[in-house]
This record gives sequence, C-alpha cells and structure tokens, in this order.
Amino acid sequence: MEDHDNLKATELTLGLPGTDALEKPTPAAPNVNKRSKEEEEECCGFTGSSGRPAAKAQVVGWPPVRSYRVNSFRERKMEKKEEDTTGIYVKVSMDGAPYLRKVDLGVYNSYKGLTDALDAMFKGFSLGKQIIQRQAHDPHGVAEGGDESEHAITYEDKDGDWMLVGDVPWEMFVSSCKRLRIMKGCEARGLTTSP
Amino acid sequence: MVGGFRWAAMFPDEVWEHVFSFLPADADRNAAALVCRAWYRLERRSRWRVFVGNCYAVEPAAAVRRFPEVRAAAIKGKPHFADFNLVPSDWGGGAEAWVEAMAEGWPHLEELRLKRMVVSDDCLELIARCFKNFKVLSLVSCEGFSTAGLAAIAANCRYLRELDLHENEVEDNCLHWMSHFPESCTSLVTLNIACLEGEVNVSVLERLIGRCPNLKTLRLNHSVPLERLVGLLHRAPQLVDLGTGKYAAQHHPELFSRLESAIAGCKNLKGLSGFWEAGPTFLPAIYSVCEGLTSLNLSYATIQGPELIKLISRCKNLQRLWVMDLIEDEGLIAVAASCKLLQELRVFPSDPYGAAQPISLTEHGLVAISAGCPMLHSVLYFCRQMTNAALLTVAKNCPNFTCFRLCIMEPHTPDYITRQPLDAGFSAIVESCKHLRRLSLSGLLTDLVFKSIGASANRLEMLSVAFAGDGDAGLHYILSGCKNLRKLEIRDCPFGDKPLLDNAAKLETMRSLWMSSCSVTLGACRQLARKMPLLNVEVINERKRGLPLELQPDNCPVEKLYIYRTVAGPRSDTPSCVWILR
Repeated sequence: MEDHDNLKATELTLGLPGTDALEKPTPAAPNVNKRSKEEEEECCGFTGSSGRPAAKAQVVGWPPVRSYRVNSFRERKMEKKEEDTTGIYVKVSMDGAPYLRKVDLGVYNSYKGLTDALDAMFKGFSLGKQIIQRQAHDPHGVAEGGDESEHAITYEDKDGDWMLVGDVPWEMFVSSCKRLRIMKGCEARGLTTSP
Repeated sequence: MVGGFRWAAMFPDEVWEHVFSFLPADADRNAAALVCRAWYRLERRSRWRVFVGNCYAVEPAAAVRRFPEVRAAAIKGKPHFADFNLVPSDWGGGAEAWVEAMAEGWPHLEELRLKRMVVSDDCLELIARCFKNFKVLSLVSCEGFSTAGLAAIAANCRYLRELDLHENEVEDNCLHWMSHFPESCTSLVTLNIACLEGEVNVSVLERLIGRCPNLKTLRLNHSVPLERLVGLLHRAPQLVDLGTGKYAAQHHPELFSRLESAIAGCKNLKGLSGFWEAGPTFLPAIYSVCEGLTSLNLSYATIQGPELIKLISRCKNLQRLWVMDLIEDEGLIAVAASCKLLQELRVFPSDPYGAAQPISLTEHGLVAISAGCPMLHSVLYFCRQMTNAALLTVAKNCPNFTCFRLCIMEPHTPDYITRQPLDAGFSAIVESCKHLRRLSLSGLLTDLVFKSIGASANRLEMLSVAFAGDGDAGLHYILSGCKNLRKLEIRDCPFGDKPLLDNAAKLETMRSLWMSSCSVTLGACRQLARKMPLLNVEVINERKRGLPLELQPDNCPVEKLYIYRTVAGPRSDTPSCVWILR
C-alpha cells in the first residue's frame, strides 16, 4: 500500500522509538464488527477494500496482557536502555572505508550475530569465518578449508591494547571492547597465525 | 421427610459437626445445609472457611450472620476483564463494606484473601486493629492502598504468618513501613513484596527474616540489588520459594561465586521467580538448584533463547514454567525434551504491541510441548500464528487439559496455511479434553466452534471469547449448552439480544456474564432485568453524551454489560457510568 500521506510517520504504535513494526499479513476478516466511528475511537481501524488495517490504533485491552505486566516490563525496558551496562555503541572502522560506523554490542548474543551484522554493514568482506573457526578451536581453518579471508576484526580493549576478536568469551568481550577495527589482510596475517 | 422421624437427633450436635468437618468443599456443605433445619443450623455454626466469588452476590452482613465462626475468608471483586482496562476504574469492588462487616461479626478472623478489589489504607488499618488473631493477608491484583497501610499491618498483627502481595498497585508513601514489624515478630512464613515499586530497606529486611525461622516464601521487589540477595539468603537457607530482586549487576567474579554458593546453600528451594533485568551473566549461579525446582517464573526476564535453554534443560523436575516468548520454538522443543513432569506452561509476549523483532515462537513450540510433556494440563500461550492441524495434534496429545488459553495476538487471524477459520482446531480441543474447565479462544472463528463448545464442553466453567462468531447463534450455543458454565466473558463479538433473552434462566446458574462491544441493545437489558429479579443487570456507558440512560430508547446500543446473580439486590455504590436496570 503506497504511503501517500506518510501514514507510517503518524502511525500510533507502542514500540520503542526507532523500532519499526513488521508488515503484518492481511487478515481474512469476513466478520468485521460494524461499529460507527464515534462509538469506538480506540477501535482497530479495519477499513479499506483490501481489508488491511489502516493506520492502526491500539485496541483497548488487546492482546490480553495484564496492565501490571505490561507496565512492569515496559518500565524495565526503558530503564535498561537508560542505564545499560552491556548495550554499548562502539565505533567500527574499516581500513580503506571513507567513514566509520557504529554498532550496539548489547543487541547481539554471540560473535556470530556481531559478524553477520558487520558483514552486512561492510558488504563483500567475509569477516566471520575466521572468528567462528577460532571459537571452534580451529585456528588455521583446517576443517573449513583454509584461511582465505583478507580481513581480521580487532578491538581496542579497556587497557588500550588492540586484540583479535574471538579469543575470549562473548560476555567478557562485550564488557571490555571500546572500539572495533577491521584490518586489512597483510597486517592481519600476523595476528591470525598462532604462535 | 419420612414420617416425622427426627434422625438428626440420633447423634448429639458435636458429632454432626465433626462429621461436617470432613466436608471441606463448599458445594457439599451447601448441600448438607439443605437437608433439614437441624443440619442447616449445625452446618452454619461449623463452617469456618467461606469463599465469595463475587463480592456483590451477597450482603456482607448477611454472610457474616449466617456463618458466625468463620476464620478464613476469600473474596473477589472486579470482573476479570478489569485486568485489561475494560472496566472503568471507578466501577466498584471496594472492600470497606466487607471489612467493616467482618470486623463486627468475625473478630476471630485469621485469614483474608482479596482479589481485584479496591482496598484502602483505612481497610488495612481496620484489619490490623480488629482481628486479634490475624495471620494471613493475601492481596492479589488489588489497588487503593499504600505502604502506610502495610505499616499498620506490620505493626499490629502480632501473629502474622503470611503477607502476600501479588501484582497490586501500591502507592509508596511510607519508606520505612517494614521497620514497623516489631522485634517480637518471628512468625512469618510468607513474605511477598514483589509488586512494591519503592525502595526497601534491606538491612531491616535482613533482620526481619533473620528472626523468622519458619520463613518459607520470600519474594523481593525490583529495588533489592543482587549484592544484597546474598546476605538475605544466608539468613534464610530454609527457603522453599524465592523471588529475586534485580538480577543484574556489574560483572564481578567474586559476586558470582558468593551468589552461587548462597543459592546452593538453600537446599529446599523448589520455586524461583523475579529475575528482573536478568542477563546471561548471573543465570548460571542458580544451576546448582535447578534439579530440585518444581516452579520457575522467568516471565519478567528478557533472557534470550540460548541462555533459557541452558538453564531450563537442567530443570528435570519442573512442574510449572512461566516464560517469555523469547524462548522461541527451539527453546520449547528443549523444554519438551527435558521437563517430563511439566504440568503448567505459560508463554507471555515480550512485545505485545510492536512486533518490532520477529520472534520465532509459533504453533510448532506448542505442538512440541504437547508431545513431550505427558502431564501437561494447563497452558497459556501467546503467539502470532496457528493452524488447525497443530491444534488437532495438541488435542490428541493432551486429552487431560484442564485449562487451555490460546491468544493469537492479531484478531481474526485464520489458519495461516489453509486460510480457514480455526473452528476445527478448537473443536478438537473441547471434544478431546473432557476435563477442560477453562478455555480462551482467539483467531478467526465462526459460529461452528461455539456449536462444538456448547455440545462437548461439559466441565467448562470459564470461557473467554474475543473477536469471534458470526451472529446470535454463537452465543446461543454456549448458553444453551455448557452445563457447568460459571463465568462467561465476551468482547467484540456480533452477539445480540435474542440469545440473551432466550437463555435468561441460564444466567442465574452462572456467577457472571460480561459482554462488551457486542450487539446488545438497552431494550433487551431492560427486559432481562424485569424478567430476572435475582440478576443485577449492569449497563456501563462511559461516554457521557446525550440523554441519561433512563431516557434512552430501547434500541440504544449497550457498550458494556455485566450481569451477575445476587441475593443482595442492586448495589448502592455504583459510579455515574454504571446503571443497574430494574
């Protein structure tokens, strides 16, 4: 549905700012409750020929989650965002790229999640394989067929040292990482071969 | 009675009272009381526990008069849909009338349990002053009181055993309420303050639980930091049920090992809850007690699937699991493999309104649990998609369900594969589960599902319906079937006047009926009220526009309708948005 009137911008949702509601599948709704508009301002507006909900207001009391639970959870979510100790935005630089990026380490649970995201950010560079290999105690990539990557992901830790990503447990990495740098192959090779 | 033989006089009263003491169920006692006048008199004097499912069904004074020896009372107020903001906040359910009558007639009251009622600080003070032997106060989903009221309870109830505050809205105006427990208070067995928002003086709490050797249940609130949990556990290693406070802190190997050993020291721990803000860091601290756990409530913790799996796979004896949908299908498959004794599962939505991040919790998780957990009998499941095939499988796997509540979050959602209504699936559930007592429906449903429910759900006591049905027939099927129906709550369904009027007599066999955003008119409600003097027909109209209700025409649509049987007549505490029709 084309968004002529920028309905999306004025859409009422209860997600946090910056989150986007997913496209919802068109519900087959043969029995739409016919109520006059003034009777139910909060009514979920099932209008339009396609049956797809228009700029959707929240239906009161639906889904049936106790307000106690909703409030409790929402408050904690807000608080957590404010005093987040694990959700850290760190700068990511890539050798040869004209500008830096930022990632929120708190969003990921593991190295895979982070490297997938970095792969997407800096398309075309297969960064992840090495880290997964190292975590699986396979530093030379014997099982995977060799050390073909041209880049290595490194990070600056709390002491100011540049470390190779993937050596320590994920949680420890998150709490000590201050910034990330994706290094080029020639510099990287020195790091990937184990002593 | 047969030929005037007064067989009740065969034994002295005390013997009959002793016999009656073996009848704990109210229904049995009620039946005994109807046998003859002598038994009525004996039974009423020996009943010491009453349950009032609807606070307006009987006058408090009448209840107190009939059963003068009551020691334990449980009373419920607002309709269930009040939990979801469908009932106006000033609707009623005030506890004063009951507390005043009880203070007058039951001075020996020991236990009071209130649910969905408005309880003022005055009520709490009255309780604290009037009941010299008061032992148990349980407030569930109540509001209207503050920590000042709790201070009065703490200070005056010398033999307090249980203070159980579950999901109440409590105003925090007395920071040091817990300091009001005197040094002589050593009798606590249950202390549940999880719902309190404010700071708790942990040192005071430490001293309190340190002098209560019988403390079995301790549920902290969010303000108690993780570091202090260690000290509390050291003072109460006999705990059976623990609700943690905030379950997060700066990572700290020393704190971890202290916590781990404090928890391990609680050898009797069977239930865990709380876990606010829990992340993966401190979860492993509870691994040592997992095997003994029968109850685990992680529904306030935003822990992701992998960590949940690691934790729950260790809980081989789990009977009750409450968790967020972050567990996803994969996690539920792991639960099905590990938790063979599981009886109750509740899966709550982490993001009920947004769907910001797709959660892979689908019908597959439910099917896996149904297949892997033979003792499962109670389910609450929030998800976004379902199929008839899945529900048929679940019905076949779990004929022993007593409670099945499925909430597909988008209204009118059909079977996502066949695009058919979910009639067949829910019909299979009611046909297979002969002991089903509670059912909540969702998804796209026609009148057909109600036909099945009316015909098959013979033990059903409570039914919740939303965004379902085609017309009057649906409601008629329910009201003309479902022999044991006690509570029916309906919202946003095209049910109108006819089935209500045709089944008026049924309503007197039920505790209550709630209907909102349906197609009922004022005229039908008036007729119903005239026809059925033992029902209160409450019409709730929050929009104050136009004529007052008495002057509105019969065809005026009714927004919200609450009908309940009562011997007390119309209540006198209705707010301006509620009319009781006569």
